[in-house]
Amino acid sequence: MDKQDGRSAFESGGVRLDDPWYDALASGWGELDGAAEAAAEWGGGQTPRAVPAPEDERSSPHDEIYLAVQRSAAFQEVRRRYRRFVLPGTAVFLAWYLAYVIAATAAPGLMSHRVAGALNVAMLVGLGQFATTFLLTWAYARHARLRRDSAALDIRWETQELTGGNVR
Amino acid sequence: MTYDHQALAWVLFSVFIAVTLAITTWVSRRRHGSAEEFYAGGRLFSPMENGFAIAGDYMSAASFLGISGLIALFGYDGLLYSVGFLVAWLVVLFLVAELVRNCGRFTLADVVAARMRERPVRMAAGAASVTVSVLYLVAQMVGAGSLVALLLGGTGQQARTWMVIGVGALMVVYVAFGGMRATTWIQIVKAVLLMGGAIALTVLVLLRFHGDFNVLLNTAAERSGHGRDFLAPGLKYGEDWISRLDFISLGIALVLGTAGLPHILSRFYTVPTARSARRSVVWSIGLIGGFYLMTIVLGFGAAAVLGSDAVRTSNTAGNTAVPLLALDLGGGAGSTGGTVLFAVVAAVAFATILAVVAGITLASSASVAHDLYASLRRPRGTAQDAQRAEVTVARIAAVAVGAVAIGLALLAQDLNVAFLVGLAFAVAASANLPVLLYTLFWRRFTTRGAVWSVYGGLLPSITLVALSPVVSGSRESLFPGMDFAFFPLDNPGVVSIPLGFLMGWLGTVLSPEAADEARHAETEVRALTGAGAA
Repeated sequence: MDKQDGRSAFESGGVRLDDPWYDALASGWGELDGAAEAAAEWGGGQTPRAVPAPEDERSSPHDEIYLAVQRSAAFQEVRRRYRRFVLPGTAVFLAWYLAYVIAATAAPGLMSHRVAGALNVAMLVGLGQFATTFLLTWAYARHARLRRDSAALDIRWETQELTGGNVR
Repeated sequence: MTYDHQALAWVLFSVFIAVTLAITTWVSRRRHGSAEEFYAGGRLFSPMENGFAIAGDYMSAASFLGISGLIALFGYDGLLYSVGFLVAWLVVLFLVAELVRNCGRFTLADVVAARMRERPVRMAAGAASVTVSVLYLVAQMVGAGSLVALLLGGTGQQARTWMVIGVGALMVVYVAFGGMRATTWIQIVKAVLLMGGAIALTVLVLLRFHGDFNVLLNTAAERSGHGRDFLAPGLKYGEDWISRLDFISLGIALVLGTAGLPHILSRFYTVPTARSARRSVVWSIGLIGGFYLMTIVLGFGAAAVLGSDAVRTSNTAGNTAVPLLALDLGGGAGSTGGTVLFAVVAAVAFATILAVVAGITLASSASVAHDLYASLRRPRGTAQDAQRAEVTVARIAAVAVGAVAIGLALLAQDLNVAFLVGLAFAVAASANLPVLLYTLFWRRFTTRGAVWSVYGGLLPSITLVALSPVVSGSRESLFPGMDFAFFPLDNPGVVSIPLGFLMGWLGTVLSPEAADEARHAETEVRALTGAGAA
């Protein structure tokens, strides 16, 4: 999305009806006749009150809206949920993978220890890497779908209504 | 390899080329020359289609033939590659795919430029992307030349030269005329062929051993000539501490490099939302994981059925293990089944190279036109005119990149392909990943930090390779006669990746200006929610 597009749509207050998200937006559709009003209306207390007058070229209502959204409790919650899954998850699989690579090169004795039949520790750990990758993929997709998607979509809508950026 | 094999293989190649050219023509019939269409296929692919295309982009001939060949020769040490290539996708899924889909338009530089000063950042990220792409491209084309000439019998210098030129010319046609839409469809066709071929061979291997994986492993160990050691790490990378450190370096580069590969990043823009970007990565992890599990069976299968020595006799790097295995599984040389299976594998390998090469060419032409050209020229005319001009430049850039890659591939014909791929991953991990992660996750990151982190990863990784045994100082070097190898490792990742992160931090700390709060807010909101995303 080009900022230019967003700005011009914002000024004319127009929203194109061929937007694929139109259905999702159907409630509260008619009230959108100015960003400031919508800003005041949206979300009750936790959200931006009004949009200050622009001081210079860069400090436009556009910037103010994104700053306000970023500080809003709803957005903080989405970000917190994302980070609380992703940061520990990344740490775990990177550590597990590094341990595997380092063990394979530094402790060949341990890795060649036989477990059952032709299977040794190295083979099991290698297949374990595949298993954990699939498992973490599934867990991430599930977490994102259940805990993040709808909240993020709501914020996306509210933000785009504020900036008048509903054009694709 | 008899005349029959080659004739049938050539027929199958020609069918594949005809089908892909038909796709390209069909796609370019309805084009209107918008940048959206050329770079991102109109953003209308479904997650499943894009998942197949990502898998197609990622599973290069180096994976299909190279990894199974390494397993057939070195047993367990080859398997370490499979694991690294797959685990890398968790980095992509967790930290990159959705956020990049929301933040960017067509290239890596778009994401960074969203909150930085446009020109210096575009120049740096564009230069890094083009470097990585060209390295990767040369690796694929060198592989294509030697491999296809080998499979088709003509191992002479001339056959290889013509193969490289032929592959280069075809990929330029796909990209310049079909853009992202044609490239994506070629990837999908190729991924289906590759999975089909791999599944068929895996089933045949398992049938040969009555479904008993244990017997398969034991036979492989026996016939490899290494006994039990074949199933444990150490055959290839266990010699001394330098080779072990080299392997760790390669392992880190593989895992962190994928998320910085330009042709993988550009795939996330072909779907409409971040959610579909996530679902396409889930699809591709399933496909890629399944595929690498099969390469393990094929690699050990080749060792068990053919024996490591037979594999090594045919090709010292093991690249022909899978075609030879197919020949044997189909009933041996001279049988109809053997002929057909061999030809199918050869055709799939060829399709793989063509498709991967087309994907990378598209990504690098996007970087040239959208980042380098667009940040140098003065804007003139309307936005739409500018966009059309840019797409034209991108088509020309595809031809130019293709020509450069053909030239370099002809020069580098004798270099080891696996090394070139590892190098491309190391450069991607050093130059592209730090700047991407800092942009998405670090509030205080500044323009200077971005520029420093790109060059701070790019220049050391290239310099260290120039000073490594790969370029000089040993018999397998590019210049065997000279010796200026001051850096002992083949793969620079273990040094250059931390340097990329360090320089990004240093540049930020030493910046005269603070980060732009508002644009960071916009990037963050946009990354996590998709507000304002194209």
